[in-house]
Amino acid sequence: MLKMIRRRILQIIPMLFVLSVISFLLVKLAPGDPIRLYVTPNMLPEDIERVRTSLGLNDPIYIQYFKWLLELLQGNFGYSIRTSQPVLEEMLVRIPPTIGLMGASMILTLLIAIPMGLLSAKHENSWIDRTINFFSYIGISIPSFWFGILLIVFFAIELQWLPTMGMRTIGTDTFGDLVKHSILPIIALTFQSSAIYYRYIRSNTISELKEEYVGFQKALGFSQSEIIRKHVLKNVLLPVITLLGMSLPTLISGAFIIEKIFSWPGMGSYGIDAIFGLDYPVIMAITLVSGLLLIIGNLFADVIYQLVDPRIRKWGN
Amino acid sequence: MQTLFINLWIHALESGEINVKDTRFVFLKSPTVYAEPVYESRSASAWRIFLRDRRAMVASGILLLLIVLSALAFLSPYDPNELAVDQKLLPPSGSHWFGTDEYGRDYFTRILYGGQVSLAVGFFAMIISVSIGILVGTVSGYFGGVIDNILMRILDIFMSLPSFFLIMILSAYLKLGIVSIILIIGLLSWMEVARIVRAQTLTLKSREYVLYAKTTGASLGRIIWKHVIPGTIPSITVAASLNIAYAILTESSLSFLGLGIKQPDSSWGSMLNSAQGFMSNAAYLAIFPGIFIVLLILSFNIIGDSLQKITEPKE
Repeated sequence: MLKMIRRRILQIIPMLFVLSVISFLLVKLAPGDPIRLYVTPNMLPEDIERVRTSLGLNDPIYIQYFKWLLELLQGNFGYSIRTSQPVLEEMLVRIPPTIGLMGASMILTLLIAIPMGLLSAKHENSWIDRTINFFSYIGISIPSFWFGILLIVFFAIELQWLPTMGMRTIGTDTFGDLVKHSILPIIALTFQSSAIYYRYIRSNTISELKEEYVGFQKALGFSQSEIIRKHVLKNVLLPVITLLGMSLPTLISGAFIIEKIFSWPGMGSYGIDAIFGLDYPVIMAITLVSGLLLIIGNLFADVIYQLVDPRIRKWGN
Repeated sequence: MQTLFINLWIHALESGEINVKDTRFVFLKSPTVYAEPVYESRSASAWRIFLRDRRAMVASGILLLLIVLSALAFLSPYDPNELAVDQKLLPPSGSHWFGTDEYGRDYFTRILYGGQVSLAVGFFAMIISVSIGILVGTVSGYFGGVIDNILMRILDIFMSLPSFFLIMILSAYLKLGIVSIILIIGLLSWMEVARIVRAQTLTLKSREYVLYAKTTGASLGRIIWKHVIPGTIPSITVAASLNIAYAILTESSLSFLGLGIKQPDSSWGSMLNSAQGFMSNAAYLAIFPGIFIVLLILSFNIIGDSLQKITEPKE
C-alpha cells in the first residue's frame, strides 16, 4: 500500500517538472518584450541594457527558469499586468465563488445521477430507461455554452424570472440574491455532468447485475431492489470515486465557458479575461495551478480507490 | 416456483452434479444462448448488428444529411460573406430560411459553410490524434520495457495538461488559423487512443498468428502493419468517432470565445459568439447554429456508442 503511494508520488515528479517548464515557457513566449514595462522613451540604449541585466533577462534561459522556480516556491506568482496586483491575492479572491458554484453542481450531479442510473439499470430497455438515456445523450452532446445561452434566452430574457449575469445584484448582499444568480449556471453545469455520471453508473450497474453473486442472491429469494441496495450499490459507487477525483480540479479551476457566459466572478472567467488581456503572469499561474490540481486529483482518486476497495488492496492492480 | 427451483439446485449441488460456479449458468444465461449459432465473418456480423440498431441508423442518416448539405453549400444563391446592409436581421422567411444576421448575410448559407469548418476540423483532428495514438500505442505495447515506460510517462504528462486552457492560450498568443487549430486539437487528444491500442497490442502480440509471422521472418513493420494494427481497428473506430465529437466541440467552444475561426469566415461557434449581442431582439441567431452543433455531435456520440456495443467482447 505505502509502496504503491510512494511509486505514484515518484511518478508525479517528472510531470511537475514538465508542467513547470510549460508554464515558464508561456511567460517567455508571450508576445512582446517584457522590458517594455520598465523603459521610458527618453532612456538611452545603455540604460535599457542595464535594466535588462538587473532584471536577469540576459541570463541563460535555465538560470532564469531556476530563479523563477525559486520565486514560485516562496509563493510569489508575480504581478498581474492589467491590475498590478499580486496574482496570488487575486486568485484567492476568485476561488471561493468557484468552489461554491462547482461544489453545488457536483452535489446536485450525484443526487441526480446515482438514482437515475440505478433506476435505468434496474429497468434496462424499458421506456423509463430509454427516456432517461435519451436525455443523457442530449446532455453529453450539447455544448455547455449553447445550453447556457438557451437558459439565458428563455429564463432571463423571455420570462425574466432570473438575472442574466453576475453573482450579486449591486447593493444587495442577501443569500437569496446569491441563490437566484447561481441557479442558471448551476443548471448549465449540472445537466452536462449528471449526464456523464448517469451513463457511467448505468453501464456499471448493468454489468454488475450480471455478476454471479447477484444470481445467487436472486436464487435465495431476495428482490432485485434489495440486492441493488445491499450489494450492488457499494460496488457501483466505487468507480465514481475515480470520476470525482478527476473532476476535483474543476472545483477550483472552474468551468471557463460557463463562468464567462454568466459573468461569474470565479477562476474560470479570471482565466479567460487574462487570456484576452495577454496577462501572462496570470495565465502562467492558472496553468500551473490547474495542472497541479489535475495531477493531485488523479493521485487522490487512485489512492482512495485502493483504500476502499479490498480487492485491489489485496492483489494490486 | 422460486423455492422449488432452489431446492432442486441445492440438491444438485449436494450430490455433486454441479458446483457453485455453475450458478450463473443456471440462472442467468438467456435462452438465446442456446439458439442456432450463425456462422459468418466477424465484420459481416458487426455490420448486421450495426444496420439493425435503429438509433445508430437515425444518427447515420442525420450525419449523412449534414455532410451532404455542407458539401452542397455552393449551390446556395447567397454569398456567405457578402454584406447587405438593407437586409439586416430579417427573421426567418421563405427567401431566407433561417433569416439574416446583423450584416444582412443569409444565415442558412452561413450555417452550411460553417458546417464545412466543423466537419473538417473534426475529421482532420481525428486523423492526427488517431495516427499518433496508433503509433505510440503499437510501439509501446509491442516493444514494452523501457520504451513502453518512457512513452507511458509522456502520455501521463499529456493527460495532466489542462488542454482546453492551453489551446485557448496558444490561440490568443499566435492568432491561429484553421490548420493550426486542427493540429493543436489533434496533438492534445491522442492519449485515449494510444492507451486502447497499447492494451490491445499487448494481447495481440502473443497470438499464434503473430508468433507464426515472426518465425517466418516477416519484418517488424510488416508484423505491426499487417497483423497487429488490423486487430485494433474495431476499438479504434469507436475512439475515432468520439474524438471527432470532441474536436468539433473544442473548435466551436474556441470560436465561441472569439479565439477560433475569425471573421468573415464562419463557424457555428463564432456565429453563436456574435449572436450573443442580439439575444433579446433576434434570438433565432443563437438557436439555429446550436441545433446544428448538437445534431452533429449527437450523431457521432450515438454512432460511437453503437460501435462500442458491437466491438466489446460478449460474455
